[in-house]
Amino acid sequence: MRPFRYLSSTDPSAAVQAVAQNQTARFLAGGTNILDLMKEDIERPTELVDITRLKLADIKTANGGVSIGALATNSATANHPFVRQNFPLLTQAIVAGASGQLRNMATNGGNLMQRTRCQYFYDIAMPCNKRDPGTGCGALQGINRIHAIFGHSDKCVATYPGDMANALYALDAVIRIRGADGQERTMPVLEFHRLPGDTPEKDNNLVHGELIIGIDIPKNNFASKSYYLKVRDRASYAFALVAVAVALEMNGSDIKQARIVLGSVAHKPWRSAEAEQAIVGKPATDDTFKAAAEAAMRGAKPLEHNAYKVELGKRSIVLALQRAMNGGAAA
Amino acid sequence: MARYIGKEMSRVDGVAKVTGKAKYTAEFQMPNVAYGFVATSTIAKGTIRSIDTRDAEHAPGVVRVFTHLNAPKLGPNAKEDAPPRGNQPERDKSFRALQSDRIYFNQQPVALVIAETYEQARFASRLVKVDYTAEKHVTDTEAVRDQAKAPGQPPKPRGNPEQAMRAAPVKIEAEFRIPIEHHNPMEPHAAIAVWEGDKLTIFDKTQDVYGVRQHLTSRLGIPVESITVISPFVGGAFGSSLRPNYYPALTASVARELRRPVKLVYTRTHMFTGHGYRPHTIQKVALGAERSGKLTAMIHDAVHNTSSFEEFNDSTTGFTRQVYACPNLFAPTRVASTDLNTPTWMRAPGAVSGMFALECAMDELAYAAKIDPLELRLINYAEVDPESGRPWSSKALRECYRLGAEKFGWKNRKPEPRSMRDGRLLVGWGMATGVWGAFQRPASAKITFRSDGTANVQSATSDIGPGTYTVMTMIAAEYLGTTPEKVKFELGDTRFPRAPSQGGSQTTSSVGSAVHGAALAVTGKLLSLAKQQSGSPLSAAETGDVEMMDGRLRLKSDNSRSVPIAELMRRNNLNEITETFESRPSAERQKFATMAHGAQFVEVKVDPDVGNVRVTRAIEVTACGKIINPKASHSQEIGGVVWGIGMALQEATEIDHRYGRIMNPNLQHYHVPVNADIHEIETIFVEEDDKVVNPLGVKGMGELGMVGIPAAIANAVFHATGKRVRDLPITPDKLL
Repeated sequence: MRPFRYLSSTDPSAAVQAVAQNQTARFLAGGTNILDLMKEDIERPTELVDITRLKLADIKTANGGVSIGALATNSATANHPFVRQNFPLLTQAIVAGASGQLRNMATNGGNLMQRTRCQYFYDIAMPCNKRDPGTGCGALQGINRIHAIFGHSDKCVATYPGDMANALYALDAVIRIRGADGQERTMPVLEFHRLPGDTPEKDNNLVHGELIIGIDIPKNNFASKSYYLKVRDRASYAFALVAVAVALEMNGSDIKQARIVLGSVAHKPWRSAEAEQAIVGKPATDDTFKAAAEAAMRGAKPLEHNAYKVELGKRSIVLALQRAMNGGAAA
Repeated sequence: MARYIGKEMSRVDGVAKVTGKAKYTAEFQMPNVAYGFVATSTIAKGTIRSIDTRDAEHAPGVVRVFTHLNAPKLGPNAKEDAPPRGNQPERDKSFRALQSDRIYFNQQPVALVIAETYEQARFASRLVKVDYTAEKHVTDTEAVRDQAKAPGQPPKPRGNPEQAMRAAPVKIEAEFRIPIEHHNPMEPHAAIAVWEGDKLTIFDKTQDVYGVRQHLTSRLGIPVESITVISPFVGGAFGSSLRPNYYPALTASVARELRRPVKLVYTRTHMFTGHGYRPHTIQKVALGAERSGKLTAMIHDAVHNTSSFEEFNDSTTGFTRQVYACPNLFAPTRVASTDLNTPTWMRAPGAVSGMFALECAMDELAYAAKIDPLELRLINYAEVDPESGRPWSSKALRECYRLGAEKFGWKNRKPEPRSMRDGRLLVGWGMATGVWGAFQRPASAKITFRSDGTANVQSATSDIGPGTYTVMTMIAAEYLGTTPEKVKFELGDTRFPRAPSQGGSQTTSSVGSAVHGAALAVTGKLLSLAKQQSGSPLSAAETGDVEMMDGRLRLKSDNSRSVPIAELMRRNNLNEITETFESRPSAERQKFATMAHGAQFVEVKVDPDVGNVRVTRAIEVTACGKIINPKASHSQEIGGVVWGIGMALQEATEIDHRYGRIMNPNLQHYHVPVNADIHEIETIFVEEDDKVVNPLGVKGMGELGMVGIPAAIANAVFHATGKRVRDLPITPDKLL
């Protein structure tokens, strides 16, 4: 790989400043994504600032919600008793991803930063606007079976591949960020990732040098009726073809509140307001669920090889809603 | 009564492997070694117009950058490259790296960067800038299917298949597709070349040390005596190290040029173009039958791709001729040139591809004729070899069918698709037949037996995972009458007696026969010494009458008549006896057809909503002669089933034909099964007592274990869903 400078810091402001001062510096946490990308010459930082010694791994509960440190590992988060009890959707989503070994290394902050798994992004000989802006999109007319059906542009059809974020979108999570000026700010997770538009090289709305320090999930009433469904080409250790995170709160037999988020269908987790609107206030029946599925997929714009995602997405939404109603068990 | 043969034994190299003591090629340490990293092309066909290596040469640690402009020339030279004459072996037309400006396939080597460290070499490799003049390429077999040719002799039909097909009251016709698949063994390919004067020692990951030596002789222009190839452990190969790959010659030639040892290790991505692959195969199968199910016509027409510079043929339809009794048959395999590297043998080559198509077609015929799929196989059971008319040396396939069906509960199968369920999941039961050869090739082994009962056994075979170290140790211990702990078996070195490549499931039959023969030669030597003694209790014995057992040479018919071996050797001033034996296939084999067979029964559960297929149960019954080590043998067959699951449901090398480039050359995008994909697998052997195939009575089994599995799974998926998926892999999107 390319030679790079390595800095390890125990001081958050020093770490943030070090990255902020160098446009080609990057944070290093679990390293499960960036190191792979560096070996492939896709990421080319001149400097890595190791933040794993910062004290950002706590998981704290407050007011029925949870505040999760950016450096808490995926494993520690998924296994946390309070998370399992109150936000089982998050646990399900995390354990649906990667492998045990990777989840032990991967941090929550890093997981939000995970880059796409588009084959053209991974091959430096191929055009890719995300990797090398202006070179074109290889996948647009190429192999695009795993690519986006929503929100893509002619510059990029890649998807955000992660699982954890799909659950965070359904759980109204808020990202806590520390800036170069030492100030902290918050951002609803819904606003974190971007659609590609004309700047697919930007995955998210962080300013260079900003560091994710935590993720807050407010109290909710979804715990008994949520489900994470991931459809993939093999039973484990594969990215989703389509994933669905659903969460329901009931008022008697009617749906009081709903969250429906699709994964691996867009450049960001795709929360479907249309699907949610279609079922709020309705009885939790299969007809209602099918209406939600139709509403969710109405705006889909499949590419040459991923039209199946439209039908698969519909079926997955119905199945996930049925299972959510069933307390998470297979119907 | 055998003490070791036929009994379970753990791997003799197991502890070394799990403790890291077993050294794989890239792990050997050499003083002053330099590291190579291959830079590859970004077009599929054309020429290199210019290549700029200046930045790479100036990068930290770089020793030299080789391109076609300065790389050592590799033979054979133009004169030697002439077509072979008479019975000369076919010339080695495998791809040679950095020999010209021509690009034959995408990700072909265009430069080799040598540096002081691996990372320096990798970094500098990306600084090499290449300008190409691209030409129009073809990488899609579909596009050149009509131009496919049958290599060698044009295939001849048996009987009149066209006419029989027209007349058949029941018939089916279907087309099947298998994408390119890659071996993906755990260990990456690697070589370390070390020269001492004009003598080369090369560590290489290979299934065939003698083959590599022959290849290097031609490439480097030095005699075989000057080359030693060493390959003690191989972390899986599955055929990817059978044919010569480009890297050993490249590594050796630059090491000679630089006058220092060079190590070259493939990345996972290099492995997708640095060795062959299972070709993209398109097959048309037409079957005609009487209403009774009796086959009257079989037409199995396979086309697969090859490269533009070699006519590789995996004989896709080879076994079709021998599976079922049918008087009218045409089964050609044709190959079409594409701008990709040359395919090669990949576990169960040809057989698993051909039998996928044939056995799915048989399932379709069973439905067309309204006959149980197993019953259809029995109706068409080949009592003798349909191709040659010869009797089988042994064939317990009927017993495999019976036992498998009984264990599986096949009689409870409801024939209609979508008729069986487990809750909301669709349940499907499918079956298929598996076949492979019972090959044997000449092989040699050397035994040095010492008076203390220990023995050293050597043969230049390989152990790519099946447990060759263990099985040869067992055979030697058995016939030297000693214990496995006292036997040391060594392999993977051209200083050892010649053995064939470890491919085609023939190692135990070939090398095992040689070890057996060498042990008998030691026994014979001891007997001749014993008979020189006056009053020997063995004075009237012939070689076949005696055996070695726990330090004594004894009469088989009367164990009390024996002599102590140590004393016998001491009296003759012998500390050790060394015998080398070359085994060859017997003439007797020619009178018979020799094959291994199996029956596979699988259960799948399919999610009717999202199309996921789980293989919840697989029962595989195989008949492959005598089983020497049941533990390793079951492991082999289980591995075959697992790979069959991967081939059926997951594996596919994806090419973007616009660029002629493989787009998933890594294990995140190229899927093979993970633990969570694997459920209940039961493997059963029906042992055959076969005196014809070889003295040990063993047949090929490594390939056999996977052969029927993809078809059985596809048939089960049809039974579960009513959907015939004839294009592998059967991914969820195809079942929506």
